[in-house]
Amino acid sequence: MTTNLQARTEKFFDFVGGNALLVGQMLKELFRKPLYFDLLAVQIENVGAKSLPLILIVAMSVGMVMALQFGIGLQKFGANLYIPKLVSLSIIRELGPIFASLMFAARVGAGMTSEIASMVVTQQVDAMRALGTSPIKKIVIPRVLACLICLPLLCVFANAIGIFGGLVVGTFDLHLAGSFYWQKVLSTVTLTDYLSGFLKTFFFALFVAIPACYYGLNVERGTRAVGLATTRAVVTSSILILVGDYFLTKVFWVIQTWR
Amino acid sequence: MEIIEVSHFKKSFGNKVVHRDVNFTVKQGECLGLLGGSGAGKSVILRSMIGLERPDNGQIQIEGIDVTNLDEAKLVDIRKRVAYVFQNGALFDSMTIFDNIAYPLREHTKLKEHEIREQVLSTLQMFNMHGTENMLPAELSGGMQKRVGLARAIILKPDIILYDEPTAGLDPANTVKIQNLIVQLKGTGVTSILVTHDMDTALRVCDRLAFLENGSVENLGMVSDLKQDPVQILQLFIRGQSD
Repeated sequence: MTTNLQARTEKFFDFVGGNALLVGQMLKELFRKPLYFDLLAVQIENVGAKSLPLILIVAMSVGMVMALQFGIGLQKFGANLYIPKLVSLSIIRELGPIFASLMFAARVGAGMTSEIASMVVTQQVDAMRALGTSPIKKIVIPRVLACLICLPLLCVFANAIGIFGGLVVGTFDLHLAGSFYWQKVLSTVTLTDYLSGFLKTFFFALFVAIPACYYGLNVERGTRAVGLATTRAVVTSSILILVGDYFLTKVFWVIQTWR
Repeated sequence: MEIIEVSHFKKSFGNKVVHRDVNFTVKQGECLGLLGGSGAGKSVILRSMIGLERPDNGQIQIEGIDVTNLDEAKLVDIRKRVAYVFQNGALFDSMTIFDNIAYPLREHTKLKEHEIREQVLSTLQMFNMHGTENMLPAELSGGMQKRVGLARAIILKPDIILYDEPTAGLDPANTVKIQNLIVQLKGTGVTSILVTHDMDTALRVCDRLAFLENGSVENLGMVSDLKQDPVQILQLFIRGQSD
């Protein structure tokens, strides 16, 4: 029992220390030449463009389900008119960024970890170092930057499509006028609401990219270890997103009330 | 003149002490064969020479520079001059053969793309692998992958080449091809260390042999002398094979 606890504590500090070192190395090499813009472009395509369909499908479904659930609840009180407000605020402030980030963690985090871990196991990362190039510059930095660029953009699309999903259900199932829906959305959502959700995605991007790179680069030998590293990366990112969301929401709430 | 000097090299993995006190030198232009059983730590010594591993204690001097304390940025210069040939080739599987071989040229030279192309194609020609430039590593046999790994390692014309089991797992025909390439490179005056289990390869390409056992290195002497003594060759063969 004590040994198990000790091992888990050691693992936790290994993870924290390892990630801190990785971030330190990344910051040290970020502005040092050469800069691999071609690798960044490839990663933007991989993590951004290729994630878009998944994010759109999920966001649309979330918007539709939200509208339907609010419709079922509010219809009893004749309060259907509040559906646009509730759907748009829920999506913009929370559900858009959270669902986009969780889907991103599942698709991109898993892909990144397994790719990097496979490169480690097949000694490609060693070869990169042996040939005088830095795996931090060639592997980590393009991936982290691509996540930082793409996840906020994906969140913008997720928000828009989520609200559109609410509009579809609101119009066809709950018999709300489309113009009324849009008018209510625009009069409800403020820039502060938008930013309180949108800005979180920069943190969520780091919560996905850094553990993915850390677990990939620190994989033990063997194919089973690649699978384990991938699972750990996705679980860690998901937990960080969900737990981090509470703290970030609180921070934004404090800033908002302070002003 | 000694170009590589390993002194008092110690390395442990957890509680397992792999190297207690390893000492040896390699002269300029010489090819040293480093023999030893599986798990004796031959590859760890090679990896430490280019900073892929750090010893717990001791020094590795390459051309007078102690590489054990250099950071990653300073190791780049060493890595440009010391080529490492990985056991399985360690080719970048998402790149074509051409891009794999061109990788060091693109990273460390200012050559124009047509000059890189020329150099890569002539290297492929030298390795009898022309026509494979647009293929991916997965489309090649193990022996061909090793040859591409070797081609990539030597494209920057290094002063030192470290071979990690270059003939392991190859059929006799491919083994001879790799041996010929090593002999050919040795003819250019390059210094090299060859880690191997394969006595035939060691006797054919090396100038001197050393045996890593119980955490230290025993100098076995010049291959030319060993070849005069069939009993010792047989003993070596048995030691090599029994691992």
